[in-house]
Amino acid sequence: MTVAKSVLDLIGNTPLVDISSLSPNPSARILVKIEGVNPGGSVKDRIALSLIEDAERSGQLVAGSTLIEPSSGNTGIGMALVCRVKGYHLKVVLPANVSIERRQLLEVWGAEIIESPGSEGSNGAVRMAQKLAGEHPEWVFLYQYGNPANPRAHYEHTGPEIWRDCPEVTHFVAGLGTSGTLLGVGRYLKEQNPQIQVWAVEPPTGEAVDGLRNLDDGYIPPIFLDGGGQDLLDRKTLVGPHDSIVWTRRLIEVGIFAGISTGAALAGAVKAAELIESGTIVIVSPDGGWKYLSTGAWTDDIAEVVERAKRIIYF
Amino acid sequence: MSVELRLPTLLRPAVNGSATVTIEGETVGEVLRTLVAEHPGLSGQVLTDDGSLHRFVNVYLNDDDVRYLDQLDTKLAPGDTISILPAVAGGAN
Repeated sequence: MTVAKSVLDLIGNTPLVDISSLSPNPSARILVKIEGVNPGGSVKDRIALSLIEDAERSGQLVAGSTLIEPSSGNTGIGMALVCRVKGYHLKVVLPANVSIERRQLLEVWGAEIIESPGSEGSNGAVRMAQKLAGEHPEWVFLYQYGNPANPRAHYEHTGPEIWRDCPEVTHFVAGLGTSGTLLGVGRYLKEQNPQIQVWAVEPPTGEAVDGLRNLDDGYIPPIFLDGGGQDLLDRKTLVGPHDSIVWTRRLIEVGIFAGISTGAALAGAVKAAELIESGTIVIVSPDGGWKYLSTGAWTDDIAEVVERAKRIIYF
Repeated sequence: MSVELRLPTLLRPAVNGSATVTIEGETVGEVLRTLVAEHPGLSGQVLTDDGSLHRFVNVYLNDDDVRYLDQLDTKLAPGDTISILPAVAGGAN
C-alpha cells in the first residue's frame, strides 16, 4: 500500500463486485461498481474533481475563488470536499426536500447552503443557481448539467476502469440524473465494443417534487443533448420508489449498504437479466446508504418508506 | 384495442381533471393523436404541430420510454399502460 499525497488522489479506481446471487437469471451476471468508497462518499467526487481541475487549467478558478452550484446533494458534497482541500469557497443551491444527512455533510465541509423551494425540485435549484450566477459574475458557475468535464470524467476514468476489470461486459445500467455517467461510460464502452447495451433508469417524476407549472418549464441537461444522449442510450426505464427500496434492501443480503438510487439501478439490471439469454450486466452504485438512514429505508414498514421516498429527492 | 393512459397533474385540466383516460389505438402515436383530437386543450402540449413528441414530454409504454423503443410507431398489446411524464432535471445528485 502506497501513501497517498492527498485525499483527492483517492477519488476513482473503485471496486467492482459480483452480486450475481441476486440475478433472476443464472446465465446473467450482475456486477456493481461501488462508488460509495470515494472520499466524499459518492460517484460525484469524480465530476467535482474534474469540473474544478478543468476550471483551474482554463484559468476560470484562481486562489480564493467562490463557486456556486445547484445540487440535490452528492455533487455539492463532492465539490465541498474538493473546494475545502483546495481552498475555494462554495455556495450550494439545495432543494429544501433532500435528506437531512446531505445538508449535514455540506455543513461538515464548510459549504454555504442556499435553499431553493422543495416544491420546485432540482429544476428549481438549477433555475435559482442560474439566476444568482447571472447576478454575481464574480462567482464561478461550473454547471454540472452543462459542462463537458462531467461526462469526460467518466469517459476518461469510470469507463476505462470498467473495461479494465470486466471486458466481458454486455450491458451497462445506470441512473439518469445529469446523464454524465451514462454518456461518459456509455460512449467509452461502445467504442471498445459497439455491441454493449447502455440502459438508463430514472425515477418517475414525483408529483410532489416536479415543481412544473407548465411543460415548457421542462428540462433536459445540455450535456445530454450535446453528447447525443438519445442516440447513445439503448433503453430508458422508469423505476419507482417501491422497487428501488426493495432492491436496496436485497443488497444487504450480499453485504452492500448502498443508497436508494443503487436499488433503482439494480432493479433495472434485474429487468435486463430477465430479458436476455445470457450476459454480464454492470451497474453503478452512486453512493452508500449512510445519507439515507433517516428515511428508515432498511428498517421501517415498506409502505411508509415508499411514501416518504416520494417526498424526498434520492437520485 | 383500448389502453389506459396516465396523465401528469399539469395536463389534467385539459381532460376534465382526470388522472387516467382510456383510448383506442394500435400504436402509441395513434393513441396520442386520438387523445389530442378528443381533448383539443392538449394541442401543442403532447405532440408538436408536425406530429412529433413535445421535447419536454416523455412517454412511457409500461415502464419504457418510447423514444428508445419504436417511438410513436411502438405497437401496443392488451393490458398496456401509457404514461406521459414531463422532462425534469432528473434527481441529478
